[in-house]
Amino acid sequence: MGRWIRRACLALYAAVVAAPLYFLLVSTLKEPSAFFTKPLSWPKPMTLANIRGLFESQPMWAYLLNSVTVTLGTVLLTLLLGSLIAYASVRWGGRAGKWIAGLFTLGLIVPSQVNMLPLYSLVRSLGWSDRLWGLVLVSAALLLPITVFMLSSFMQGLHRELLEAGSIDGCGEWRLYASIAMPLSKPAVASVTAFLFVMSWNDLLMPMLLLGSRDNLTLPLALMQFRGEYVTNYTMLLAGVALASLPMVVLFVFLQRFFVAGMTAGAVKG
Amino acid sequence: MARKRTLLLFLLPGVLLYGFLFLYPTAAGLFYSFTDWDGLSPSFRFVGLDNYATSLESLVFQKAVFNNVKFMLAVVIAQSALSLGLALLLARNSRSSTALRALYFFPAILSSVSVGLIWSFVYDPGIGMLNASLRAAGLESWTRNWIGSKDIAIYSIAFVQVWAHAGQMMIVFIAGLQSIPAELYESARIEGGNRLQIFRRITWPLLAPSATIVVAYTTIQSFKAFDLIFVMTDGGPNHATEILSTYIYHTAFASYRFGLASAGSMLFLAVLGLLTYAQFKALRADRASY
Repeated sequence: MGRWIRRACLALYAAVVAAPLYFLLVSTLKEPSAFFTKPLSWPKPMTLANIRGLFESQPMWAYLLNSVTVTLGTVLLTLLLGSLIAYASVRWGGRAGKWIAGLFTLGLIVPSQVNMLPLYSLVRSLGWSDRLWGLVLVSAALLLPITVFMLSSFMQGLHRELLEAGSIDGCGEWRLYASIAMPLSKPAVASVTAFLFVMSWNDLLMPMLLLGSRDNLTLPLALMQFRGEYVTNYTMLLAGVALASLPMVVLFVFLQRFFVAGMTAGAVKG
Repeated sequence: MARKRTLLLFLLPGVLLYGFLFLYPTAAGLFYSFTDWDGLSPSFRFVGLDNYATSLESLVFQKAVFNNVKFMLAVVIAQSALSLGLALLLARNSRSSTALRALYFFPAILSSVSVGLIWSFVYDPGIGMLNASLRAAGLESWTRNWIGSKDIAIYSIAFVQVWAHAGQMMIVFIAGLQSIPAELYESARIEGGNRLQIFRRITWPLLAPSATIVVAYTTIQSFKAFDLIFVMTDGGPNHATEILSTYIYHTAFASYRFGLASAGSMLFLAVLGLLTYAQFKALRADRASY
């Protein structure tokens, strides 16, 4: 009896999670006319016309490239700067080390909705608007607090003696950072990387404020644009949603462990 | 000494970037909140605390605060209960548990834009799959204009927020459940405790730290919500889903009242600061009880 109730509950929630995703999938592969007559049925005939139409009428490759550039740039820059700060604050130790980490932890309280107005006017007055690298710099600054926090709390747990021993053996700080601290922090770095990927690939607010021209849209922005353009062409719009999500889905399937760990750690520590 | 110089070099680029593109803008926001700047013109006047008074007196601002609280309470209650329930059902490792955990977690990796667009279709009163399913099940009277009617729109969006993040919180609870020593359950069973007693005496108290994390994170996350509401209703209909973050956005970029919007941001930040402080205290208290 109890076992069947358990199964029923699990199946019910599985259906709640899966139904909208199923709807997205079948709509993407369906002819527009079938979308209205049989919205929930399996696509028959199955067609790639929506996806082809999207690539023909929109610079999809450019949008994809923009998203990849911004995401890779943001993730790499944030990881590099964040890990250097985390390492230095742990290595420095004592009150100064805590103070450095604390300065960044302070930023955890301030969400981007609070910074969006001054950032918007600052970036515009510097002439950095509508530049992908401008967005990368801003995103990295906004993601540094959580990155420093997650990495420094992990590095704090590393054995001090290991670093001390390396330092006695004549290793410089660069060597210690690159060949001891970072390799030992691999689990934390992997989680943070997955977390940063999700955050910057999916970001809407900052791209919306800082990028303007059509050539520079990232995928979430492009989707907002499609919504205005494809007011009636729903299958095309949903095909866009599916395509924009696909890269993250593929990464999730193969690197699930890191995504779950990273996003849970982000929640627990953020 | 040379060592410290190298370490300073490590700190320099990050501190500069953070100072220039994070701390400075935050301070600038505070500064603008005392001015009547429109965000465009080169000059502005100082207006003291006028923007704060105007915000607090504005009906839209008050409505936004109220909506924020409604949205937050709905999400916190539903998400905490749901993620705990799912975790209890999936705590034991088996192949089917692992697969279901992955499925439940999955929506968390999608962008709010994608989630918002998908659910706009699900909720659509005409072509939407939710009303269609209700009709097919003979529940015609349950059909609604889910995000178009001002009474339920905010709860409809709250449900989407829970749909997207309950799986993530479930993982936190599962980690908590799996860290409870098996011997405790063993001895309770030997002493003849029934399931309810075991849950009340062992599982629940030892799960308290995880529960604090889930409630605290969900509170702050739902308070900061922006994307989902922006995509699905943009604060409408008639400000029924207007929350502080969309109010700030609209005041700045639709009405060009940067000064006023900055005051709104600072009030928003003050509330968030209080919530974060409460979270910090609660987590500390939990740790002490171990």
